[in-house]
Amino acid sequence: MMTMGFGRTLRYQREADPAWADGVRRLPGCEALFRCLQCGTCSGACPLAIYMDFTPRRIVALVREGFHDDALACQTIWLCASCYACAVHCPQQIQITDLMYSLKREAIRRGLYPKRLPIPVLAQEFFRMVERRGRSSEFWLVLRMALRTNPLVLFSMIRTGWQLLRTGRLSLRRERIDRLEQLRRELAAAREAG
Amino acid sequence: MPAGRYLYFPGCSLRATGVAYEESLRALFERLQLRLEELADWNCCGATSYMAIDEGAAFLLSARNLSLARQQDERCDLVAPCSACYLVLRKTQDYAVRYPEIRRRLDQSLASASLTPLDSVKVRHPLEVIYNDVGLEEVRSRVVNRWRGGRLACYYGCQVVRPYEEVDRPHNPRRMDELLEAVGVPTVEFALKTKCCGGSLTGTIPEVGLRLNYILLKEAARKGAEAIVTLCPLCQFNLDAYQDQIGRQSGEPLDMPVLYFTQVLGWALGAPPEKLGLERSISGRDLIRRWFSVRSPREAYV
Repeated sequence: MMTMGFGRTLRYQREADPAWADGVRRLPGCEALFRCLQCGTCSGACPLAIYMDFTPRRIVALVREGFHDDALACQTIWLCASCYACAVHCPQQIQITDLMYSLKREAIRRGLYPKRLPIPVLAQEFFRMVERRGRSSEFWLVLRMALRTNPLVLFSMIRTGWQLLRTGRLSLRRERIDRLEQLRRELAAAREAG
Repeated sequence: MPAGRYLYFPGCSLRATGVAYEESLRALFERLQLRLEELADWNCCGATSYMAIDEGAAFLLSARNLSLARQQDERCDLVAPCSACYLVLRKTQDYAVRYPEIRRRLDQSLASASLTPLDSVKVRHPLEVIYNDVGLEEVRSRVVNRWRGGRLACYYGCQVVRPYEEVDRPHNPRRMDELLEAVGVPTVEFALKTKCCGGSLTGTIPEVGLRLNYILLKEAARKGAEAIVTLCPLCQFNLDAYQDQIGRQSGEPLDMPVLYFTQVLGWALGAPPEKLGLERSISGRDLIRRWFSVRSPREAYV
């Protein structure tokens, strides 16, 4: 790796991990990875591309060459809101949304994300809440996310919170399903099977 | 299928920030003599978060809901009004068909808790239920209230029209526009109708999330719309509840009503306004009161 004076990074083949790329290609939705034309239609369709450090087209390029450090440690995968615009426009039918999901999963599994970045923290808190109760409760979810990332952000939410409360849209109830044990057993079985 | 009866999957949002969607959906279905029967003991769909952590668990959450639906009444379709719920349920079915390995794992995990194996339940969205099962002509013939509000921008968002094409066309959906026009509500040509609202980004990275919604609101206004109509609780929440913050971030104050298509249709077909959750809107409240209040013009324009 070589960092240039103006912040760009150069990489060479020996830093790549083609076996990792091949593993990604085997995931559901990512089969067409190596057929990418680099046409950039995905980046053109993506409403979030202008906020990303790597556009979706560049992510595909990085992944298929096996540059996993860049693909897993970037902001792009967290900005992807799963809107599927890239996936329906891709002339090669690469399910880029699924590719982004697979990168998110690996980044979370390997702890390769900024610890206070709200998006992966929200995903984890959501996951735990549903595992514990079978349903999510928006208010408690946002509270937990804020406490784990930046509690000061709660101040900026007071006004919106009050407006939601006033219009009967802020539920403080902690929802749960009746057959929770059954769901937990199933989730455990699914994890074992995976 | 028993005529006019559907199983109903509310999802978590319709019990909290999206409660007006549930209220107006029920009122509208009642006017159309369609019955909604809630799926008993439904669990969270997992939305986009589960897929980002554990794919198998994400598919399992939906598989359990599909199994419950089949057990409760195998003749009924399952209606999911929230875009995230709709997509995850459809995607689970699709991937279970296309990838035998996913199906095998799901069948295995579900059987462990003695639910019926995953099977084909038809997953529907209320927009398409009204469009296909009721039809434009029938809707037109049932109009009770003549619209006296402004022109509206129909906003379809992402996951209801993509990647599955059963609710409407993914590139230029028109069914919401057609239904509103059928009840006499003028709509505008809104080119950003399928551009994503950013989902939870408004709460996680506000600079980005708020700007996405700023673009949608400004473009709707530029096209001559006085309000936006949505079909998803998260789109409605983002566009409605954050206008304050968007105004502060952009320096351009906003106060535009953001309605559910079920509220506008329900009102036109004569559902009682107090049953449509109209008072739950945060932005554009004055305009909403004026458009939807009682029928006497004198009272309506004070």
